[in-house]
Amino acid sequence: MSFYGLVDGSDASLRNYLKQLPGVDQVGAEARAAMLATRSIKTTSKAWAIDTAIAMVDLTTLEGADTPGKVQALCAKAFRPDPTDSSVPHVGAVCVYNDMVGIARQHLDAIGAHELPVAAVSTAFPSGRASMAVKLQDTKDAIDAGAAEIDMVIDRGAFLSGRLIEVFQEIVAIREVCGDQAHLKVILETGELVTLDNVRKASYLAMLAGAHFIKTSTGKVAPAATAPVVLVMLEAVRDFYDLTKVRIGVKPAGGIRTTKDAIKQLVLVNETAGPEWLNPSLFRIGASALLNDLLMQRMKMSDGYYASPNYVTID
Amino acid sequence: MNFEYAAAPESRSVVKIDPEYGHFINGKWVNGSSHFNSINPATEEVLSRIALGTAADVDAAVKAARNAFDKSWSKLSGRERGKYLFRIARIMQERAREFAVLETLDNGKPIRESRDVDVPLSAAHFFYHAGWADKLEYAGVDTTTAPHGVVGQIIPWNFPLLMLAWKVAPALATGNTVVLKPAETTSLTALLFAQVCQQAGLPDGVVNIVTGDGSTGSAIVSHPGIDKIAFTGSTEVGKLIARAVAPTNKSLTLELGGKGANIVFGDAAIDETVEGIVNGIFFNQGHVCCAGSRLILQENIADEVLEKLKRRMEKIRVGDPLDKNTDLGAINSGEQLAKIHELTAAGDAEGAGRWSPNCALPDKGFWFAPTIFTGVTQSHRIAREEIFGPVLSVLTFRTPAEAIEKANNTPFGLSAGIWSEKGSNILWASQQLRAGVIWANTFNKFDPASPFGGYKESGWGREGGRHGLSAYLKGSAK
Amino acid sequence: MSGRLEVMKTYKLYINGAFPRTESGRSYEITSNKGEFLANACLASRKDLRDAVVAARAAQPGWAKATAFNRGQIMYRIAEMLEGRSDQFAQEISLQTGASAKESLQEVSDAVDLLVWYAGWSDKLPSLAGSTNPVTGPFYNFTIPEALGVVGAIASIDKPLLGFVAAVAPILVSGNTAVALASSSAPLSAISFAEVVATSDLPNGVLNILSGQQSELAPWFASHMDIDGLDISGLPSDQHGSIKEAGVENLKRISAFTKNNEPGRILAFMEAKTIWHPIGN
Repeated sequence: MSFYGLVDGSDASLRNYLKQLPGVDQVGAEARAAMLATRSIKTTSKAWAIDTAIAMVDLTTLEGADTPGKVQALCAKAFRPDPTDSSVPHVGAVCVYNDMVGIARQHLDAIGAHELPVAAVSTAFPSGRASMAVKLQDTKDAIDAGAAEIDMVIDRGAFLSGRLIEVFQEIVAIREVCGDQAHLKVILETGELVTLDNVRKASYLAMLAGAHFIKTSTGKVAPAATAPVVLVMLEAVRDFYDLTKVRIGVKPAGGIRTTKDAIKQLVLVNETAGPEWLNPSLFRIGASALLNDLLMQRMKMSDGYYASPNYVTID
Repeated sequence: MNFEYAAAPESRSVVKIDPEYGHFINGKWVNGSSHFNSINPATEEVLSRIALGTAADVDAAVKAARNAFDKSWSKLSGRERGKYLFRIARIMQERAREFAVLETLDNGKPIRESRDVDVPLSAAHFFYHAGWADKLEYAGVDTTTAPHGVVGQIIPWNFPLLMLAWKVAPALATGNTVVLKPAETTSLTALLFAQVCQQAGLPDGVVNIVTGDGSTGSAIVSHPGIDKIAFTGSTEVGKLIARAVAPTNKSLTLELGGKGANIVFGDAAIDETVEGIVNGIFFNQGHVCCAGSRLILQENIADEVLEKLKRRMEKIRVGDPLDKNTDLGAINSGEQLAKIHELTAAGDAEGAGRWSPNCALPDKGFWFAPTIFTGVTQSHRIAREEIFGPVLSVLTFRTPAEAIEKANNTPFGLSAGIWSEKGSNILWASQQLRAGVIWANTFNKFDPASPFGGYKESGWGREGGRHGLSAYLKGSAK
Repeated sequence: MSGRLEVMKTYKLYINGAFPRTESGRSYEITSNKGEFLANACLASRKDLRDAVVAARAAQPGWAKATAFNRGQIMYRIAEMLEGRSDQFAQEISLQTGASAKESLQEVSDAVDLLVWYAGWSDKLPSLAGSTNPVTGPFYNFTIPEALGVVGAIASIDKPLLGFVAAVAPILVSGNTAVALASSSAPLSAISFAEVVATSDLPNGVLNILSGQQSELAPWFASHMDIDGLDISGLPSDQHGSIKEAGVENLKRISAFTKNNEPGRILAFMEAKTIWHPIGN
């Protein structure tokens, strides 16, 4: 395989490639992210940003207590976030565990949401601690059940102990399983990688291995999608595009709960990767509670007074 | 789809600007004999009429300061002096938004900077120095605890309030009294500060503010009743002051110009380096004496850095300084704008390559797009002279020794930047650079605890920290 | 009449570790306080000053780079060498100034002790005059004193040895190199001091010594653009103003002192450098 002509798939070439990446200065990256967080978004721009953010939400439920009923309600919400206002766009995807994929797909089809993809978390999510055979089977199952997007986790243990090639080969293998049927999002679990240098390295590793998206977190580990982490990942996809002319998507997930948080993410995208990434095909936000806050802000903007949670649906 | 940020202007309603101001002498407002206009450089709107201080005004201010020194201020214990400074710091925090908006109106700098940098740092300077007032006996191996007496302070227009704080806070903490002249184009926050002194109950005459132009400044410099002069401004004026003061017994500290080298080594963390370059030269429209105005790039990464820098510069938002999203505000005056035009024209004439991002500049006011010149050599005027605007000269080097040689090849010695991920290289370069402030993997950071000041023709003495404090105490040297 | 004629010393300049005559070929007569001829000293010219500055500039980076411990040892070595020649120096002082033998010996002892005192500062003053600064934010910030560069000294007239040592020792100990003008009327002690220095492991060019007229050379010291600092303790105070004025063109650091032993004399010819670095991983 060619891997964009940048590495040849060997341990040595991968190591050499990742070694020559420039370092990230944590304080500088944090300062840049903090500065962008001071951008003030008002009026028409805010209205546009809210709708864009809604369309980027991967509406997620990943709980041991998930039931078909819960997932069906989520699907309904994903398709018609505000039942009283049809101008609200549907979200980017519904994100569920493997065994809920079929239920979600069937329900979405039943309510006419054929376009709305189902994303499945995969490869022994969230820890990634399973045999390769299990991880492959996990992914196959999800795709067979109708998942159009696979959110796999990387083996952070292997990454942290320097077995980069194992992480790489796993992603390559899962990508093969995805084939043309599913988009692959690679979850780096940046809260466990800890340093921004690791985030940059892991981002490149995932992109070289064939990821369509790089994703920050499982949502099960804190910190999750912090602004500096997203900044570094956006820089990575921007620079990777310069090298390959291929645009890789970014998905922050975990901890993005308010409209303010979401708009800050969009500012990061706009000023780092650029406006081309301001599109659900290249930027998603993994969230659950966020959607209702976006809806309430949307109501405030159209009605001119503050909204109440009583007027948005809770599922 | 483009994400256009709608205008997000900070409200002007928090500030009240009088149509005309006098001087603040002996705790009272004193009418000026003549006035000049102070304008908003972003719109050319007249904000107020500022009094032009005469020799007689300066004399009255010096007398008031002397009287206050003799009768009240020098009799106060350090602890009590310190409490006044704490009060001032608190009031500045309480009125922070007012100071920030006024500074932006008067100076043209973005509200984001006046709000997040100038005003909080100014209050921090008073807090820091307040704590020194009763600890002067611990201030150094070569200082006494004795103040000079009456201090004349002349400050520039680039950080009007912050430079006031840098000057006034250590002077008061050490027991001196002050006659301060703000810059001609930026008097308003100093006049607001006078109100803070009143609110703090500072004894009359401890701080006197005489507004005016160069003639007012020279009346301060030559006044025989002043014991120490502190000046921040151009090297040219600094030398004039030094000559005037030489035959006298006055002490003198100077914070003057610079042509800071910002050196990028091949192993630098590139994205943060690009941020640092932008912050180094476009912070405060480049109206910064310690600006990283000479970018010195290692040849093996020069193209990559320049490409990223240009892309980053496309994102710089130039315009209404009161808009919270503005990154680059107005040039402070027509005079300064003309100087920037003159030097950049010299850059063109000497064959350097000029580049600016596509950015629309407002019709009214004084504006200059962020600009870089590539292919600059050491002999170019734009590599040697301080432009004091948003203009970056880019040079390259091959070996570390060559970088240092180029960086030090200037009569200035205020600041320098180093970008490298190799610790020993950073320490080596820090040691080699002849500059008073070295920012390694960062740039344009300031703190009251951190001494600031230049080598060579960038000045005499330090401001901030223990080193800055000693400038306001009698030392052993005369 | 004794049968042996005394071999008299030729007093020359001390530049870059060598003892040249003045390029001007000029000399002036040094007499005892009673007016007896003692020697013909070199009447150094501005060109000698220029050459001395070139030597001092070339030697400066190396001297500053020497460890503080090493600089202290060399300064102490100078004291050792001087101590060993106390009698000779005392005699020379008495001849020039008319001081009693006891007074002159005291001056030599004081000069030796002063050298020892300054020698000990080399590795201590930076810890007292430097600081780590607790700034607001994730930055490590520290200030270190550094040598200024090339410093001129116009030594005091009255104490030909002690005044000279008091001028040059604080300049040298921090890593500066010096060009020093000896007492115009009693330069022999300073020139003899060069012999002490020459046998003390002080690298060539670190200390350069001129004899000549203050009135002729002081303005050239002040206006020289490659001299970074100037000690004018030896100049009459009514000349300080004009010398300071002449030093403005390169913003020379010019100071005068009244005390021989104070750390301020060292710090006056040092710069404070502040370094910032982020703290992160």
